[in-house]
Amino acid sequence: MISLAPPLMPVLAAADAAPSPVGTVALSILVVGLLGAVFGIILFVASKKFAVKTDPRVEEVLGALPGANCGACGLAGCPAYAEGVVLKGLAVNLCAPGGAKAAKMIAAVMGVEPGESERRVSVLRCRGSRARAKERMEYRGVADCRAAALVLGGPKACTYGCLGLGTCVEACPFGAIVMGADGLPHVLEARCTACGRCVDACPRHLYVLAPEKRTVHVLCSSRDPGRATRAACEVGCIACKACERACKFDAIHVVDNLAVIDEEKCKNCGACVRACPQAIIGDFRKMRKALAASARSATNAGGEAAAS
Amino acid sequence: MRTFRGGVHPHDHKELAREAAIEPVPLPERLVVSMNQQLGAPAKAVVEPGAEVLRGELLGEAGGFVSAPVHAPTSGRVVDVAPHPHPVAGSAPAVVIEPDGRDAWAEGCDRDSGERLDAVEPGEIVARIREAGVVGMGGATFPTHVKLSPPKDKSIEVVILNGCECEPYLTADHRLMLERTAEVVSGLRLLVKAVGASRGVIGVEANKPDAAQALSGLAAEFGFPVEVLRVKYPQGAEKQLIKALTGREVPSGGLPMDVGCLVQNVGTAVAAHEAVLRARPVTERVCTVTGRGAARPGNYLVRVGMPMAHLLAHAGVRGGVRRLVLGGPMMGLAQWTADVPVLKGTSGVLALMDAPEWKTRACISCGRCVEGCPSYLVPSRLSILAEAGAFSEMIDEANALDCIECGVCTYVCPARRPIVQWIRQAKWEARIRKMKADRVRAEEAKRAQEKESAATA
Repeated sequence: MISLAPPLMPVLAAADAAPSPVGTVALSILVVGLLGAVFGIILFVASKKFAVKTDPRVEEVLGALPGANCGACGLAGCPAYAEGVVLKGLAVNLCAPGGAKAAKMIAAVMGVEPGESERRVSVLRCRGSRARAKERMEYRGVADCRAAALVLGGPKACTYGCLGLGTCVEACPFGAIVMGADGLPHVLEARCTACGRCVDACPRHLYVLAPEKRTVHVLCSSRDPGRATRAACEVGCIACKACERACKFDAIHVVDNLAVIDEEKCKNCGACVRACPQAIIGDFRKMRKALAASARSATNAGGEAAAS
Repeated sequence: MRTFRGGVHPHDHKELAREAAIEPVPLPERLVVSMNQQLGAPAKAVVEPGAEVLRGELLGEAGGFVSAPVHAPTSGRVVDVAPHPHPVAGSAPAVVIEPDGRDAWAEGCDRDSGERLDAVEPGEIVARIREAGVVGMGGATFPTHVKLSPPKDKSIEVVILNGCECEPYLTADHRLMLERTAEVVSGLRLLVKAVGASRGVIGVEANKPDAAQALSGLAAEFGFPVEVLRVKYPQGAEKQLIKALTGREVPSGGLPMDVGCLVQNVGTAVAAHEAVLRARPVTERVCTVTGRGAARPGNYLVRVGMPMAHLLAHAGVRGGVRRLVLGGPMMGLAQWTADVPVLKGTSGVLALMDAPEWKTRACISCGRCVEGCPSYLVPSRLSILAEAGAFSEMIDEANALDCIECGVCTYVCPARRPIVQWIRQAKWEARIRKMKADRVRAEEAKRAQEKESAATA
């Protein structure tokens, strides 16, 4: 081994040989201090000369936003939206996670009316769980709905339904979608902020953002003719038009083999829910009540409230 | 012996069907002629149920420039025009024909024009190939006339005929080169003439010495050398074949014409010969049915639209088949039903008796995929990015779009990682991203225009 020490020795020796240690220290302080002063002045002048004027309201608006950077407003994150509101005059109620509260705060900063911001939630328009929807092949590829959909249209017999591999669960930044034991994802409405990530993530376009107060939804997306749908799934729309006949408000129609609700006309009465022989029209009011009841009983029993 | 960088040597199993001469399969009760026979736009059906058609009559017209027409594979009655299971797209519109048994050609088709090859003008060759619906018969089904119509600023100097058939199991091209040698060479002469190339060359893998020998005599007459290439998968991939034969590399995102090359499968050459000199549109092809599940593995002359179940029954495929793969084992697609029809690009059907189960594990960075990748990619990095959902990075930083999906990385991976599927997904995400960007751009342009018109008003 070659020692590294000998070449260093002269340097150390030279340092030792300096005439006065006190003088060296004083000189160092002087040099560094002078350098600091010069750079300080340069920085001060530069900061004044090249100052960027920012609107203080941007910071205030940013403070009112939840900071999830979910992109629900259509911009790349909260800072971009805050800038957009102040500098480009975007509407103040575009933040879905922030809801009415954030809209009010932003409106106060900007000195405008908050406008209407209706709470919306994400709805999965498929009830084809593992037990109800047939699989036509065994899929052993990448466990991702988007990848599975590329393989001959996916493993399920219904080419419109949920693939059940949980890409939406992964995509939700708020943990509002959980995979149920039945192989279908479930939206936890309390946590849903209608940011729309699930809408983009689902290769089958099964999610829709609907106002929370709308309680009747068609929970099927199959546009196959009735016979094909029935062969593929127990809970598919067979286009029988029973809902059309039951509706007193002319609000539900079968279009392309699928029942579609006209939001303008629907009164959420639930007549179609009762009429549907396939039970694919869901009444969310009932569901929410049941959910609340089960949560209550669970807390009463002292157990962990597990919403399913 | 010439070859390219990378690749693998899977057991080829070609002994199963290599010796079986091409054998025609009797017509089934129904033919399901898919309108989606080619890469690009699907054909548009031009017949109605009830119509009587003759073999070679037009069933669907090309749906665009990158598309090809589809013709009746036999004479009979059209009984249905409806969506039908499709081996690649999942489902596609198809014309269902009930054969009348006469198998009569339409007027003008199947004539020996008596025309000498030299008498046909290059433009006429391309036109006849387009009208006959010739597509890449190796399996990619890219419309041949598009490849034969390079833009003005590109010139094709060498036409390469691909007789490698590097996919294991498949022997259809091998038999074609042995039994229809004259047509293969005639097809090459037509292709060379169509693009005005200065030379043509035939590439054959070293495991088919008989085919190379059969071709070399006749090809030499016209000055086409037959090059014997090392046996290695994917030797028959377009860019790898060009590299092996000419030493040129197709640039990233480029086409063979960028390096003055045109590659066509030997089956396409035969189809071109039939189309130009015999006025026969593509209505049949040679398809290998093999695998341990087939009692009579062989090379069958099948009509386009023949239901797979009919072909399998003819080749003695009985129960117990665990996997049905259309195409070769490396790039072919496993099927969920034998209800799918034969397409112009169906080069083989494998009836396999096993369905191995495996578990995907974490990448161990062994580098086998990097060594094997013929496209100079780093598949391990691509797979890790895909797991993290970083599809944009796969495309922008790891060149996922240069992947030819040959399957080498997935084949050699000891951690059983589905790398090719991840890359396919990345390519799909790239398409979606581009669509979204285009939409945003269009909206912005519209807004700018509105603003402008408002300003002028």
